[in-house]
Amino acid sequence: MAEEIERDVMEFDVLIVGGGPSGLSAAIRLMQLAQESEQEISVCLVEKGSEIGAHILSGAILEPTALNELIPDWKEKGAPLNTPVGAEKIMFLSETGAVSTPQMFMPPAMHNHGNYIISLGNFCRWLGEQAEALGVDVYPGFTAAKTLYNADGSVKGIQTGDMGIQRDGTPGPQYEPGMELHAKYTFFAEGCRGHLGKALKAHFDLEKDVQPQTYGIGIKELWEIDPAQHQPGLVVHTAGWPLKPDTYGGSFLYHLEDNQVAVGFVVGLDYKNPYLSPFEEFQRFKTHPKIRATFEGGRRISYGARALNEGGLQCLPKLTFPGGVLTGCDAGTLNMPKIKGTHTAMKSGMLAAEAAFEALQENAESPAAELTAFTEKFNNSWVYDELSAARNVRPSFKWGLWVGTLLTGIDQVLLRGKAPWTLQHGHSDHETLVHKDKAAPITYPRPDGKITFDKLSSVFLSGTNHEEDQPIHLTLKDASVPVATNLALYDGPEQRFCPAGVYEYVEDESKQDGSQRLQINAQNCVHCKTCDIKDPTQNIVWVTPEGGGGPNYPNM
Amino acid sequence: MKILVPVKRVIDYSVKARVKSDQSGVELNNVKMSINPFDEIAIEEAIRLKEAGTASEVIAVSIGIEKTQETLRTALAMGADRAILINATDSVDVDIEPLAVAKLLAKVTAEEAPGMVILGKQAIDNDMNATGQMLSALLGWSQVTYASKIEVDGDTLNVTREVDDGLQNITAKMPAVVTADLRLNEPRYVKLPNIMKAKKKPLEMKTPEDYGIDVSPRLAVQSVVEPPARAAGIKVESVTELLDKLKTEAEVLS
Repeated sequence: MAEEIERDVMEFDVLIVGGGPSGLSAAIRLMQLAQESEQEISVCLVEKGSEIGAHILSGAILEPTALNELIPDWKEKGAPLNTPVGAEKIMFLSETGAVSTPQMFMPPAMHNHGNYIISLGNFCRWLGEQAEALGVDVYPGFTAAKTLYNADGSVKGIQTGDMGIQRDGTPGPQYEPGMELHAKYTFFAEGCRGHLGKALKAHFDLEKDVQPQTYGIGIKELWEIDPAQHQPGLVVHTAGWPLKPDTYGGSFLYHLEDNQVAVGFVVGLDYKNPYLSPFEEFQRFKTHPKIRATFEGGRRISYGARALNEGGLQCLPKLTFPGGVLTGCDAGTLNMPKIKGTHTAMKSGMLAAEAAFEALQENAESPAAELTAFTEKFNNSWVYDELSAARNVRPSFKWGLWVGTLLTGIDQVLLRGKAPWTLQHGHSDHETLVHKDKAAPITYPRPDGKITFDKLSSVFLSGTNHEEDQPIHLTLKDASVPVATNLALYDGPEQRFCPAGVYEYVEDESKQDGSQRLQINAQNCVHCKTCDIKDPTQNIVWVTPEGGGGPNYPNM
Repeated sequence: MKILVPVKRVIDYSVKARVKSDQSGVELNNVKMSINPFDEIAIEEAIRLKEAGTASEVIAVSIGIEKTQETLRTALAMGADRAILINATDSVDVDIEPLAVAKLLAKVTAEEAPGMVILGKQAIDNDMNATGQMLSALLGWSQVTYASKIEVDGDTLNVTREVDDGLQNITAKMPAVVTADLRLNEPRYVKLPNIMKAKKKPLEMKTPEDYGIDVSPRLAVQSVVEPPARAAGIKVESVTELLDKLKTEAEVLS
């Protein structure tokens, strides 16, 4: 294809990639600062989802700290924070029983008094309206396909994805070339494992002084349950069954308004057994005797999945590079013991906005290339303090659930996160799978269609949609690796870690010898990024599909 | 010649519609809404007629809640010149009925004096397939439905229609109301700079009272229910058993 096509260019002061809590908070903060000092600033935000909120998935419990700072009158402005957290429970599950942790032994980070159970998607829709009202140019349905660089090596902006490219890579009749968006500063706020963020970390070697990031996959369903079972504000977290003690993970169950319950399951992606299926573990979890009753007679109304950062402070890359910054989960600001990342993502976006605005104040035409002030602000903020106090919780679970729980108790309850040591995570998540002959196969129960479901009926509820006639956006560096390595050594783990049924090994009919090939059902993809993280050969590379494609999550 | 294109804001085609638990309708809160796909085709056709020099101005009009402005902005970003929104309700759950819509559109047509009205053959939310027909009757204009090809030749309109047994070529006298079928064209992708420009294009806000039209419903929705779930199948052991069941249980063979 012609690489040298003429592309339209638009210039902005600040360009933001991603319409999640971090990107939207940054956009809002920039506009507020400009208004306060009666200055003009041009801010553009692109979002690959068909609308703001379409790709947003989280538990979610919101700690309103950053929101109180950003929009103190959020109540008057109609922010969708409708359900304050009420009763709270943490349970350790065995196959048939459950032990609750008394409130006094719960680490302070796990107390949720004053927080709200929300739909993060709806919260972002609201933030998007606030940003637009302040004059941000918000463009959903446009992907940031690649990063553009200036001659001096600094980031110049991004190129939006081409539209109307056919499956074979050639332009179709509706072809519309993507355009170049240039900015003095580009904020990358793509969320966990953003594909440009990943490339930037490598390009600028941003992770050279930190440990490899470790991730989890969160799978979530939204239910409308029997009103008799509904208890608005109830928050339940579990650890233990159905996961083995050597696998990090657990569930959440939040009772929202309108008889709705958000239920989800997180599995640390450093798991070892290639036969493990996070999706099936989640389905099985719902059948636990202490959990099942919540869903009896209810109806599942939505489904989705998303990877999350679990590494914390030890894994936080350098946040700045010439011409741009990483914010929120694109950097990795999630607080693992709190199981929350919205407030920290928002705050990191706001701090980046303040740093950029100050730099533009100093020199509007050619401001400082690198926003080092952002790192200073970040290190002096409550986000840094939180992440510092949280830093030893996740790595302590590499010794299993029981040692991890004990060490967490010591670290969080007795030492309050002020231990004089910092634990290491160890490996990258793609390095932890053992070969199939060293792993025990897992047999999962068949779905009953009432409480438990198969992947395809689940993906249907995500509203995922991709224009069919386009190149496959789950790319392989080497097409021979899936069968030769992933299937031969690990029994094709991508069939199990993908929560959307994208990867299937099927008979290769062209060979007639019973051998298999990898089929990629890209149209099912819910953009969770798990394959890009967990593929043991790092052969799968997630790139952006045509803008507007992907899930259409309502109320997630 | 001006072309008037009525567009409707509907639940997005990729959203899995869910009936509310009280059976009062489909859940629309926080659900993605977009331009009715058949209306998008109508807009595209009007813009192509303008680009071909046949039309001089494309006016998009919609009737609904205030947020329908977003739908009209999409039409403007595609290439419509200006837009009119008749703010007829505050509730996303209120569906203005085709007759009220047609009456309002007849008034707008009288004011704007377009040579043609192109609209979708039906909206994908209520599937009424009535507004275009009612509008042409109210105006006393030619009515051309299910168009898959349009050619304007002075005062006459040559249209290919999609009908059950194939394609039908007809000529009609202008002015005309044309309803667009799926194969009329494939709408363009909206360019980012055009979205920005669309924000500056004129969008006039009106109310049904401005036109003296009563939009209160004449139909009462008793209940909305989801299609029954398909019962699980069974496995049969042999062909004989299959034939037996087809005869005695399904009663499709004798």
